[in-house]
Order: sequence, then C-alpha cells, then structure tokens
Amino acid sequence: MAAMTKEETEALIQEVLEVYPEKAKKDRAKHLAVNDQSLEKSNKCITSNRKSLPGVMTIRGCAYAGSKGVVWGPIKDMIHISHGPVGCGQYSRAGRRNYYVGTTGVNTFGTMNFTSDFQEKDIVFGGDKKLAKLIDEIEALFPLNKGISIQSECPIGLIGDDIEAVSKVKTKEHGKTIVPVRCEGFRGVSQSLGHHIANDAIRDWVLDKRDGDDSFPTTPYDVAVIGDYNIGGDAWASRTLLEEMGLRVVAQWSGDGTIAEIEKTPKVKLNLIHCYRSMNYIARHMEEKYSIPWIEYNFFGPTKIAESLRRIAAHFDDTIKEGAERVIERYQAEYEAVIAKYKPRLQGKKVMLYVGGLRPRHVIGAYEDLGMEVVGTGYEFGHNDDYDRTIKEMGNATLLYDDVTGYEFEEFVKKIQPDLIGSGIKEKYIFQKMGIPFRQMHSWDYSGPYHGYDGFAIFARDMDMTLNNPCWKNIKAPWKTEAAGSEAVKAVA
Amino acid sequence: MPSVMLRKREDGKLLFYVAKKDLEETIESIEFDRPDKWGGEVVLGDGSRYYFDLLDAPPKIPITLQAKRL
Ligand code: SF4
Repeated sequence: MAAMTKEETEALIQEVLEVYPEKAKKDRAKHLAVNDQSLEKSNKCITSNRKSLPGVMTIRGCAYAGSKGVVWGPIKDMIHISHGPVGCGQYSRAGRRNYYVGTTGVNTFGTMNFTSDFQEKDIVFGGDKKLAKLIDEIEALFPLNKGISIQSECPIGLIGDDIEAVSKVKTKEHGKTIVPVRCEGFRGVSQSLGHHIANDAIRDWVLDKRDGDDSFPTTPYDVAVIGDYNIGGDAWASRTLLEEMGLRVVAQWSGDGTIAEIEKTPKVKLNLIHCYRSMNYIARHMEEKYSIPWIEYNFFGPTKIAESLRRIAAHFDDTIKEGAERVIERYQAEYEAVIAKYKPRLQGKKVMLYVGGLRPRHVIGAYEDLGMEVVGTGYEFGHNDDYDRTIKEMGNATLLYDDVTGYEFEEFVKKIQPDLIGSGIKEKYIFQKMGIPFRQMHSWDYSGPYHGYDGFAIFARDMDMTLNNPCWKNIKAPWKTEAAGSEAVKAVA
Repeated sequence: MPSVMLRKREDGKLLFYVAKKDLEETIESIEFDRPDKWGGEVVLGDGSRYYFDLLDAPPKIPITLQAKRL
C-alpha cells in the first residue's frame, strides 16, 4: 500500500472512531492524530497522559509496575519487597529480562520475588508488624543484601499502613538503607506516575547518602548511564561504546546497577539519559542540586549512535571527541556489512509501533537505517514532552495514537496493512493470528541486546528473521487459498 | 502557584518546566533581566504568561522557583 495522504489518514481515524458512543468518541478523538512535522508542540494535535476510558482495552500498567518493575527492580544488590498480596509481584517476576551479573540469592536478587503475601487478617489489622518481621527475616537469610526497598501495592495505601515508620526503625536497627516507596497501583493514570514516585524515593532516601564524602576518586570523564534497564544486555552494549571513547561509566541506572553506583552518581560530570520518560525527573533534580548537566541520547541504529556519540563528546575535551570518531570508524565496516546484508531484504517494508516510554521514537532511526519506514507510532504512557520529541522523527501524515485501545489498534492495522508490528506481549498473538509478522519490542522477544553497534546487528537479524519467515505464507488454510482448489484436485487424481 | 524549574537549553534559551503539568516551554521574554533586577512577567513559547517575584540578582540556573499564572 502506498503512503497515505493526510486526508486519508484523517478519514481512517474518523472511520475507526465511528463505533464509539458520542462521549467516548470525543475523548478518544483527542488521542489520535495525523503527524505534522511543521508543529513545534504536540499539544496542538494530541492529548496524552490522561485517564483511560472505562470499557476500552488499554494496555497500560500501574504505578507499582512503574516503580518495582521498571525503576527499582533492576537494582541488583537490593531486595525489593512487593508489599501486599502475592500476585502483583509473582505475575511480573523476572518478566523484563534485566540482565545482571552476580549470584542470585547470595549477592544479587534480581529475578527473585519477595513479598509480604497479605492475607485477610493483614488487611483488617494492618501489615506493619508483618513488614518488620519480613525485614528481619531478609536480614537473616540474605545478609549480603545492600538495602531494601518496600514497594507498596494497592492495599497498603487503602488501609493506611505506616511503612515509613517501619523503615526508619529498621534502618537504625540494621544499619542499611531501607526505602519506603508509595507506589500503590491506583495512583495516577499509568505506570508513568510510578516512575516519578520511584525517582522521588531515590532522591529522598538514597541519592544524598554520600554528599560531603569525597573519598571516591573522580576523573573529568565520569558519566552515568541513566534510564537503561539492560534488557537482554542493552546497557552492556552501550557501556562498551562509551568506555571505548574514553569515558568512565560510574553508574548504570538501573539495569545491572547497584545501590553504591546510585550513591556515587552525584559525583559525575554528565548524566546520559536513554529513557527520558522514566528517569528525567532525577536528572533534573541532579542538575539543580549538583549542577550536573544531562543530555538525551539514542543508541538504536548506526545513524543515531553516531549522532549521539558526537553529541556526548561535545561536552568533553578533544581526547573524547577524537575517541568518538575512533569508535564510529572502528565499527563502520561492521555496521555497513549488516546494512548490506539485510537492507535488500527489508527495504521499503512498513512498520507500526506501539510501545512504552522511549522506543516509539527511539527505534525509528534503526528501522530507517535498514530502509524500512515507520508508518504509525504511539505511547502507552507517554506525556506531551514525549510527543514533542516524536513529531520530528516521524514522517508527515503518519499516524500517532496515544494509549491506543485494542479495537483501534486492530482496525488501524487492518487498513494500513503494515509489514511488521512492534508492540507488547498482549498484542502479539492477535496480530500473529491475523497473519502479520510481529516483534515484541518491550523485552525484544527473548532476544537482544538492541542498543549499540553490536545490538544493531542483532536487531537487523531479528527483524529479517521475523519478516521473511516462510511461515507467514502458510497462515491461510490450504483449501482457502485461491489457486489451491484446482491443484489439490490434480494432486489427488 | 506552580513550582517551575528553570534550565538552560543547549542553544542557551531558558526552558520553563512544570513537572505536574508536563509543561516544557521556552521563555521568549522576561520583563527584568539585569544584573541588579530579575523577574517579573515572562512570556512562554506558547504565548502563556507567568509572573516571577522580583529578585535582586539573576538566579543561578538551574533553579526551582514559584511562578504565578497570569
Ligand atoms: S494495580 Fe494494585 S493490585 Fe494491581 S498489580 Fe498494581 S499494585 Fe497490584
């Protein structure tokens, strides 16, 4: 299908909105838009970060998911207690594939699930005593933990437990950082508020621990990688590039990260933000309190990587600037070979994305490097500032959809007929059954890393593997294909 | 009275950021921007106007200040 014009895209949105009742139609209309690159501000065309409409299928998560699952969970040497009933933690356990090194259960705890497993009596009589006991048990069973965070699930806020008081008492008793996080699932409209709450908890309970302590030797080239959760090893693939150009990565927030790294971050010279949505808050705070500048970067696909390396290097002296050029040159043959191999197989293919907080715009460049085109994109929980940053990345007259509903997404796909869809696990099987190649772009479909030059090679291979898989030709039952009728008869005869 | 975080963009322009509202706008003009007097009415990129209490010297950026919506 040829690229759609602005009018066609608008008509498509109108057509899809048609089934809603009047009020719902009015609400959803604000979340669907046709991209117009001439706009500077997204609030002219799209509304975001609003409560989802009751009755539609939204794909969003809760504040607890944003705090425990995204921001805190990957800090590997801390134990994160899912405080409340058992399900919230157990059903999300280890699902995000944040890789880390360490011995699980001894000095790292990333894939384990700790929960206070609330029962009826805890709801009725309060769970603070149980929490205190749980912390003591953790100290006895896992003495090598470097700290504990208490991730509140919905009931904690509803019954009014005082987890802050428990934390203070136990911090004194055990001499370890214990952080109460008020990330009850019902707060806010999506996981996005959970990120913010988690950032604020880090700010209030961890970040200033080493203020005034200069025992950590610093260099002029210290940076922190912020908002990289090391999914399938992403942060490692990014870190090698930064180190190769001469920078020293002091902290990884929070994939494969430790609490010591977080405490040392206020000593760095520059904060590098990959996932802006989930961690811009802490970067802004550090800029104000410690005068550490921050920049956003993008390590998906060679074009964006080179751009980002140069942008990062511009904040340092000539040795780093030369380092950046050296890195780009060193990998050139490698990524050119990747492009030479896969571009002919992927050229001109159309992609629709619907992901979380940074990928709806960050991966566009990587697809373009492979000659593919992103024809629709949207965020589950993005805010205005995310869409501001997306408008320029997307082509004119492409589709933007915020907090898209299951129905809308399906209808858009039926009309636009993309060659590939990149979204989450809940969308995956619907589209595969419709016969459309699909990649799970939250956890890279059990693959990765996708960041950095090394990751780009894997990204390209995965896209090719999915898109050009022979299985898509066999989706239709043999007796339903047009030519099949006569040939089958011949074969029998 | 929203808390506003002011920071400099790479091109030197001042950014006006209100976390609660996801508002990130450039400051197009500011009433007083002198060594001995800073603040007053500011006009943002989207045309909205806010008011900062007057200060005796320009503040050290980045900083969080209270602003009044006009
Ligand atoms: S909304 Fe509440 S109950 Fe549901 S997963 Fe989140 S914290 Fe748990």
